[in-house]
Amino acid sequence: MDTLTINNAEIKVNEEGYFTDPSQWSEDIAIEMAKKENIDLTDKHFEVLNFLRSKHAEEVPLSIRKVGKSGVVNIKEFYALFPGGPLKISSKIAGIPKPVSCV
Amino acid sequence: MKKLLILGAGTAGTMMLNKLDKRIDKEEWDITIIDKDNTHYYQPGFLFIPFGIYQPSDVVKTRKEFFPKGTNFIMDEVEEINAADKEVILKSGKELSYDLLVIATGTKPVPSETEGLDGPLWYKDIFDFYTFEGATLLAKKLRDWKGGKLVINLAETIIKCPVAPLEFAFLADAYFTEKGIRDKVDIQYVTPLSGAFTKPIATKMLSQLMEEKNIHVVPDFYIEHVDNENKKIVSYDGLEVDFDLLVSIPTNMGSEMVENSNMSDEDDLNFIPTNKHTLQHKEHENIFVIGDATNLPTSKAGSVAHFEGEILIENILDFMNNKPLSANFDGHANCFIETGFGKAALIDFNYTTEPLPGQFPIPILGPMGLLKETRINHMGKLAFKWVYWHMLLTGKSLPVSTNMSMSGKKAPKKEENKEKEEPQQEEVLL
Ligand SMILES: Cc1cc2nc3c(=O)[nH]c(=O)nc-3n(C[C@H](O)[C@H](O)[C@H](O)COP(=O)(O)OP(=O)(O)OC[C@H]3O[C@@H](n4cnc5c(N)ncnc54)[C@H](O)[C@@H]3O)c2cc1C
Repeated sequence: MDTLTINNAEIKVNEEGYFTDPSQWSEDIAIEMAKKENIDLTDKHFEVLNFLRSKHAEEVPLSIRKVGKSGVVNIKEFYALFPGGPLKISSKIAGIPKPVSCV
Repeated sequence: MKKLLILGAGTAGTMMLNKLDKRIDKEEWDITIIDKDNTHYYQPGFLFIPFGIYQPSDVVKTRKEFFPKGTNFIMDEVEEINAADKEVILKSGKELSYDLLVIATGTKPVPSETEGLDGPLWYKDIFDFYTFEGATLLAKKLRDWKGGKLVINLAETIIKCPVAPLEFAFLADAYFTEKGIRDKVDIQYVTPLSGAFTKPIATKMLSQLMEEKNIHVVPDFYIEHVDNENKKIVSYDGLEVDFDLLVSIPTNMGSEMVENSNMSDEDDLNFIPTNKHTLQHKEHENIFVIGDATNLPTSKAGSVAHFEGEILIENILDFMNNKPLSANFDGHANCFIETGFGKAALIDFNYTTEPLPGQFPIPILGPMGLLKETRINHMGKLAFKWVYWHMLLTGKSLPVSTNMSMSGKKAPKKEENKEKEEPQQEEVLL
């Protein structure tokens, strides 16, 4: 277990940099996390992050397809907002664990 | 008389019919099973058809020959379940009421979910092998194919028999080697996962095998469309992979009937939200779901349907007797992985324990090596066909425990005293 210091807060993260305690998240911390990925967060980004956080809280497993069906963004827009690995990157910024497949 | 309806007479539906027939009170309950047609395919055999290892006739029987005498079988398509009124509406317009419903409508590939996949090249240079038609047409194609770029692509991460695409890659390597044209075939395995498989220890073993067999893995590739004109697949982030022959595992979806009944999951894949331990529908207590039709976080496989069946029969009997549901499914899955040249590997896992190396006890044939390539595992894979027709479908118990056992497995050190409720799963969707 590691810690990250962002805006003077000590954030607990795992080896890959994902939050281990989603309640430590705040919008300001997200903005700083996003900078490390070279992303400037817009309202649209936050809509996605909030969607991911609410699904995580409901214990719904996440997938790219699910985000694409969320009504928040379609898959193309999701890739445009978080280039590279959209689900992995957005989950990191949203302060939730890395999404996993179960089978 | 109370009415029990089973929707779908594939692996799980047929098996449940046989189990129920032996155990329920027939003075009180009347069972009916529904499917579109009377053809039962042994789907695991589809893997072997493209390479001429099985002939089409090896995998086809009628559904009826596996039903107990006197079964009410309706050949029709289910359009919709109206759970509020406890009735099922069929395509013919017929309505059937029920007191207890078992949904076993499985999953099927839906190529139209990916733009261009079932376009002009479909069944010319693009094939699936998850259907009887796809597998038999691909066999014809491979017979005369002179080589080039063979691309195996998974459109989505949730597919039935998640090891089958890997097995296809291994068998393709063996097939072209034996034909003497392996040097003319470039095999690429293009997947939306971050590696060859989902769970870490198995992925390590399987990635190594891929490398040894000179199969190139392209990870993190989420297909957006197929460019038929230039023969390439294109991902959402603009990566391109050229192909001469594309073997696709299209998006797997549950029956349209699920969507019509407003029972789909949030992925819109038409898998039904199901209690992962009791197999009861999450919203309706008189509906149970089994097999590939569920949204359970385990593999969609015939072996899983079997283990679920052992649990479900107990819970249905409890339900009929107004008792609390007593049996608990642990997500147990057991899959042979055919690796080519007469060998196979075996994995055995559940919701909380990933596939581990070691030995798996099976009477007579076994013990079998876990996560290693052996000839005995290959015998096991071939024997599964006999087991499927003669034991699994007829609802007999198999000499394998229903809940996963740690006996013979070698757990990595740090796992030993870790308490785990949640699946410790690992891999990674983009
Ligand atoms: C290529 C391949 C290889 C595989 N290899 C293995 C393996 O090695 N080991 C293993 O354990 N499993 C393997 N499987 C998976 C296994 O075949 C399935 O998991 C199993 O058949 C699931 O059973 P089921 O009853 O849930 O679905 P199915 O057996 O698919 O049955 C569903 C039934 O429902 C019917 N149905 C659907 N919708 C409707 C409707 N609206 N109205 C009426 N009827 C409907 C269908 O016609 C079908 O008969 C493999 C599958 C494939 C494709």
